[in-house]
Amino acid sequence: MKLSTKHLLGIKDLTRDDIQLILTTAEQFKEVLQRPVKKVPSLRDITIVNLFYENSTRTRMSFELAERRLSADVLNFAATTSSAAKGETLLDTVNNILSMKVDMVVMRHSASGAPHFLAKHIPAAIVNAGDGINEHPTQALLDAFSMKEKLGKLEGLKVAIIGDIMHSRVALSNMYLLRKMGAEVTIAGPPTLIPKYIEEALDVRVEYNLKKALQWCDVANVLRIQLERQNQPLFSSLREYNLAYGINRRLLESLGKEIVIMHPGPINRGVELDSDVADGPFSIVLNQVENGVAVRMAVLYLLAGE
Amino acid sequence: MKTILSGQQLALTVKRLAHQILENNASLQDTVVIGLQPRGIFLSDRIVTELQSLVPGGKVVYGKLDITFYRDDVRKSLHIANSTDIPFSLENQHVILIDDVLYTGRTIRAALDALLAFGRPSKVSLCVLIDRRFSRELPIQPDFTGKTIDTIISQKVKVCWKERDEVDEVVLI
Repeated sequence: MKLSTKHLLGIKDLTRDDIQLILTTAEQFKEVLQRPVKKVPSLRDITIVNLFYENSTRTRMSFELAERRLSADVLNFAATTSSAAKGETLLDTVNNILSMKVDMVVMRHSASGAPHFLAKHIPAAIVNAGDGINEHPTQALLDAFSMKEKLGKLEGLKVAIIGDIMHSRVALSNMYLLRKMGAEVTIAGPPTLIPKYIEEALDVRVEYNLKKALQWCDVANVLRIQLERQNQPLFSSLREYNLAYGINRRLLESLGKEIVIMHPGPINRGVELDSDVADGPFSIVLNQVENGVAVRMAVLYLLAGE
Repeated sequence: MKTILSGQQLALTVKRLAHQILENNASLQDTVVIGLQPRGIFLSDRIVTELQSLVPGGKVVYGKLDITFYRDDVRKSLHIANSTDIPFSLENQHVILIDDVLYTGRTIRAALDALLAFGRPSKVSLCVLIDRRFSRELPIQPDFTGKTIDTIISQKVKVCWKERDEVDEVVLI
């Protein structure tokens, strides 16, 4: 058994079997991470570069930890402190790095499609760690892993994805993955943040009323409002957004049922999630972060095998 | 196809291996049994059941180890990992590793490496059902052997278990 693809560019390219294989392999790595020695020698002959053209805390640290736990050699590249600031092109930068005998590239870029472009021009395996407003496949995989761990299955699960759908690569990857695995998806948020024709294109439902969406779902994956990507105002104020689409304890308690709250981080406290929910008993935000390392280990391990 | 062990012989061999393990350590004090995933588990399950009926109090510390992530051929072929279940420390314990067939010795090499992630055992012994003695690629030998056979590389040893293959037997193909 192996993945049907040489790179992980997006969930869009994965088959159901690929996703299943990554999730079951991640379970085994999760066990590795509970051991007294949390490290295996699988990738000791592999060198990986983390190419981050955009800021990141969780994803970069999670990838680096996953790489080190697999005994890979790790190089870190941050655009702000590199020659990219002097105007070197992406392809030049990567070719220079590869000439130092690097086997895999983990990359984040603000331009959608940047890893797809690289995959066409270089021989190394590429893992997309987020490209613009396109995809963030490892986040969707760790979200799915966390849902499955908490609720036992993905098939038939009702998942609401709430907030800034328009600018969220997490949302797109999640929608692809959940639909492939047989979960039902409802998108909720203000009309200005939900792309047109999304229902037909991705086979999901759209709901503009937050409470109705929450009442319907088993899991609410709440997204960050991405002000840095909004070049025109799409709602009048953060305060107004919070009033209409923010989730607080009182709202959750009025549902008459328990739902699981997820967030890919970083959380805008008091905007999409209030602290009493983010730190509350229904939140699995920190479990998501923990599972991220195991899921990324699985992805790197499976892509390293020829 | 040649039968190496029939169902009846296999049952007797399992009993004998259990007794041999107890010979030097009747109460299994500071001893843990570790079966190797995936195929060693069928044998270790049976040996542990046998040990439980022989040890005073019936208490046997038993774990399962998957060595996929420790293999020396990750780049040659991708193996699917099975679950590891060792919810105890191996520090200063006598570990009895159990696998069905000892062939090149590479699986056991990986297992010795993997065991260290759970503490430093005081001693590791190896128990196998079948020892293909002339095929070793590493200096590894069993301490408890069900049956030793002489084979060439083109031959294959198939161990069948009732739980999976509906019949207990070992055959040479």
